[in-house]
Amino acid sequence: MDQSTVQEFVVPPPHDPMADWRDGDAWLAGGTLIFYTPMPHLRRLRDLSHMGWPSITVTDDGLELAATCGITELHEFSPPAEWRAGTFLRQSVEEYLASFKVWNRQTVGGNICASLPAGPMVTMCAALEASYTLWSTDGSSRVVPAIDFVTGNNANILEPGELLRSIHIPTTSLLRRFTVRRFTLTKHGRSSVYLVGTQDTASGEILITVSASTIHPVHLRFDGAPTADDVRASIDELVPEDLWFDDPNGTPAHRRHLTHVFAEQIRAELASA
Amino acid sequence: MAITVNGTTFDATPAPGQCLRTYLRELGHHGVKKGCDSGDCGACTVWLDGKPVHSCLVSAMQAERHAVTTIEGLADGDTLHPVQEQFLKAPGFQCGFCTAGMIMTCAGMNEEQRADLPASLRGSLCRCTGYRAIADAINGISGIDEEVPAGQAVGASIPPLEGHGVVTGSVEYTMDHDIPDVLHLKVVRSPHAHARALSIDTTAAKAVPGVVAVYTHEDVPDRLYDTACHENHLVDPDDTRMLDTVARFVGQRMVAVVATSVGAAEEGCRRVVIDWEVLPAVFDPQDAMKPGAPVIHPKGTTDSFIRHPERNILLEIHEGRGDVEAGFAAADAVHEATYTTPRMAQSALETHGSVTWVGEDGVLQVRTSTQTPFLTRTKLCYLFDLQASDVHVFTKRVGGGFGGKQEVFTEDLCVLATLDTGRPVQWEFTREEEFYGAAPRHPMRIHVRLGATSDGQLTAMQMDVTSNTGAYGNHGGETLYASTGALTWYRCRNKRYDGRAVYTNNVPSGAMRGYGAVQPTFAVESAMDELARRIGMDPLEFRRRNMVVPGDDIGIHEGPGDDVIADYALDQCIDLVEAALARGNGVEAPAGDDWAVGTGFAISMFESSPPTEHRSEASVTLMEDGTYQVNVGTCEFGNGTTTAQAQFAAASLSTTIDRVTVLHGDTETSGWDTGAFASAGLNVAGKAVALASAALAHRVLGYAARRLAVDVEACTLEADGVRAGDAFISLVDLRAAAAAEGVTLAQARRSYGSPISNGFNAHGVRLAVNTTTGEITLLQVAHAVDAGVVINPMQLRGQVEGAVTMGIGGTLTEWFQTGPQGEVLNPGLRMYRIPNFADTPPIEVHYAVQRDSYGPFGAKGAGEPPIDPVAPAIANALHDATGVRFRDLPFTPPLIFAQLQRP
Repeated sequence: MDQSTVQEFVVPPPHDPMADWRDGDAWLAGGTLIFYTPMPHLRRLRDLSHMGWPSITVTDDGLELAATCGITELHEFSPPAEWRAGTFLRQSVEEYLASFKVWNRQTVGGNICASLPAGPMVTMCAALEASYTLWSTDGSSRVVPAIDFVTGNNANILEPGELLRSIHIPTTSLLRRFTVRRFTLTKHGRSSVYLVGTQDTASGEILITVSASTIHPVHLRFDGAPTADDVRASIDELVPEDLWFDDPNGTPAHRRHLTHVFAEQIRAELASA
Repeated sequence: MAITVNGTTFDATPAPGQCLRTYLRELGHHGVKKGCDSGDCGACTVWLDGKPVHSCLVSAMQAERHAVTTIEGLADGDTLHPVQEQFLKAPGFQCGFCTAGMIMTCAGMNEEQRADLPASLRGSLCRCTGYRAIADAINGISGIDEEVPAGQAVGASIPPLEGHGVVTGSVEYTMDHDIPDVLHLKVVRSPHAHARALSIDTTAAKAVPGVVAVYTHEDVPDRLYDTACHENHLVDPDDTRMLDTVARFVGQRMVAVVATSVGAAEEGCRRVVIDWEVLPAVFDPQDAMKPGAPVIHPKGTTDSFIRHPERNILLEIHEGRGDVEAGFAAADAVHEATYTTPRMAQSALETHGSVTWVGEDGVLQVRTSTQTPFLTRTKLCYLFDLQASDVHVFTKRVGGGFGGKQEVFTEDLCVLATLDTGRPVQWEFTREEEFYGAAPRHPMRIHVRLGATSDGQLTAMQMDVTSNTGAYGNHGGETLYASTGALTWYRCRNKRYDGRAVYTNNVPSGAMRGYGAVQPTFAVESAMDELARRIGMDPLEFRRRNMVVPGDDIGIHEGPGDDVIADYALDQCIDLVEAALARGNGVEAPAGDDWAVGTGFAISMFESSPPTEHRSEASVTLMEDGTYQVNVGTCEFGNGTTTAQAQFAAASLSTTIDRVTVLHGDTETSGWDTGAFASAGLNVAGKAVALASAALAHRVLGYAARRLAVDVEACTLEADGVRAGDAFISLVDLRAAAAAEGVTLAQARRSYGSPISNGFNAHGVRLAVNTTTGEITLLQVAHAVDAGVVINPMQLRGQVEGAVTMGIGGTLTEWFQTGPQGEVLNPGLRMYRIPNFADTPPIEVHYAVQRDSYGPFGAKGAGEPPIDPVAPAIANALHDATGVRFRDLPFTPPLIFAQLQRP
């Protein structure tokens, strides 16, 4: 939809994109968030489409995604065969509520910065223990773990003007075994519950990422082979009552129930692998 | 700035915050539709550098130096793109509002995407078809009859009249029209459920550049009215003011701002300052009727129509026959339970909208998205003290209605502003406004009590209905009357109905497909199933023993009525769905221990014309070029009535469909028509067309006999002329001769919705429910309908599939949620989920073989009511699967889960 309060379309220079941030500015990548809902506080859009950042880079350390990497690009990316979790990248895209027509515009960074409990890139990055590089308007930058980025429904740790520049997914995560459990109220709907389990095949460590059912992702980490009781206790300890998400895509009670069911399924599957 | 659209480069610079959708429309590419404006429905789909995108989510500025392709650029000159051709021939649309975007999506898919349509079409919503027709189009399956001989149009799958315009994006809908210097209207809506505006300060709003006028309660006519449209306005309460000082629900419009741009109007709205006195509010009808509850329309302030203003009761109905208590005393088993049904949003893909201006002749022009142009004109005349001849109300093709457009929601304020400013004014609802600015289905709480003997004879039927009309009456009275109908399709000498429509501080409820019938049908057909199980009888057998048969009284009151069972097909409908389910379809439940499978049935009866006064006048004229022109007042919104009407004319006039045109939905081009609702487009307006066509055929023959100097019995009407032995006169020559003599070859006829002939539906479903997650998967869906003679098999199939799909939506996916102040929590198509392609199973459609004695060509209008028995059939199947009875709609997984977990 039109954002009629916007008065200026700014194309920041790629060598100094952070300059001249003002109140009412917003970063514009693919537009699928900015044009989705009325945002009358906006005055200027800062276009990121000319930054020229390489979308996908494979290094010895892992995978580097520019925030401006398109969802379709990620979907079409062929990961190195040795990455056991490589297919999870494509699968994460396919678990979008949104259509391939949205993928053609949306960026990985845009989905993360929308910071929805059900954001598929939010879940993917949390489950793969990614870290984000953030650029500040004062020229400094910081690196934060993905699991700490989203703080609530549509809420995150970004300071005004701060820009998500890139996502780093470590090789160690991409080498892990993974399994997914997801529930939507309607077919190809928005995630109501989305759990991802990964396992270090050497140490046996299991990481279960709870998302969509909680207002931000939660990590449940287990050394060795947890029991069903361990998993249950871990959820009860790490997910306080007010963290269960209540919105038109699910109820806290149903989400809590399915989180327990799915977490146990993931534990059993990974434990038997 | 340079954007290339369909090969032409445009240098108009977009506004910095403009999306590509509005930019393209400003350039005249009106095939790019607005359905949701938020990337959910896909109606605005275009290609950006060859890749499909939702143009509402694309920055127009970012499209610079890229190539855009819209529906207008898809065809190669006059040669349609293969996907356009396939959508035309399936046909893959009804109202067609989603079609341009659907075609651009499908034509832009790669092989992998085409192989998985449920996934690839998740961003393409259609509210009309139920998607089978769209799948057929994509797969190149044709459903139309291409060569239909003269005089044989009835019974043929004639393609929709405006089909070519639909698939090319050239057919005009309400907003596909650029008027120079048009002003845009936006409203300030109440943030409070019940509050009085002590003062309204519009100073800052008026100072916004571009704002032309700001209207409050001080500027509107001092008239009470009802937004609902009925032939007899006295069936509705006059309880509404165009702009009021008191807000009675969150979302009520309070102030209108008119400006030179949408943005300026919105900014004006944000600058209006209202000083509120918040009043106590009530949301539950049971609470609203208690002594001491906040009174929403105090006695004396509105209409004496309101039955008990002090208890917020709009209307009460108490009817019955026989002695229900004696009936229950004679029963071996009595079942008694309460059922509840929720709001539901019509969700036509085209939102409400109007454009108004004053023509050169001084006549007020109202171009609007409505199902009732004539009644809308009447309402505007009443509100503004105008004569009918001063006002011209008309529709273009309407992008879906489903009852939601049987109401005046946008026209009145546009007219107010046009009359004040003298300028054209338009107001197009946002998708959000559809949820609180229009009127969803009435939530009802229905208590049912049924008694039967152990051998399966009903002894008494009793129903008590409390309908929540929300803050205003709207359709509250007529839907309550309609709800009595659910007691009519079983023969039982003792029946009792008590009902009331109650005001609350919620969004007002209105008309929707299955008007006042969906809710009680769910209750009664669930209760029948429960009682059958209680007496140990097969639920279908129990229904067969008690279903109404020819010769039965069908009203719930004693005394004569004009509703009749002229031609009976309920037995056929039940047999058809029972046989379909017995045959099965080979679809198995998903693997796993937690899936339980069950089967359920439900039936319903419907009136094939409206219960209250409904009339239509149609005319048919032989034109200069030897074709026929039908003038009829009904609107075309995918209901297909104009196609059926053309078929009636072609059949009556022994001609081919290409020789018939239909002018419709326009107060200046036809006689009166009450409107397109309650299947009246076929049974009332269609009947008028059939009568006028037959009369014209008679007249043409008579005139030809005179010209040829032969007996009229010797003359035969052919497709393009009249033959008498070796003599032949073409229609062109005949018309010229008549004109030369001052003779007009035209006839008009009127039709009324009486008597009301009843038709039937039966629905059967086999489903699997996951007892862990609460997910429901429909394995087989079979529907049988008694439509009398089927006028257009492919069109009727589409109507039935669409109605059943809407029923599935209301049962399984659509979950209209409100907060503590009655505010709508999910006003949009992302969070209020109408069925998408993947949610919609194949629907088997079966037709009873029957000929109606009253309907035109033996037909019954049957597009609306197939929705009625869907929810109870699913509820009955759920019980069959789980042993748990679900009495509260909808059946979304969290609610299924909650009840399965209940001790």
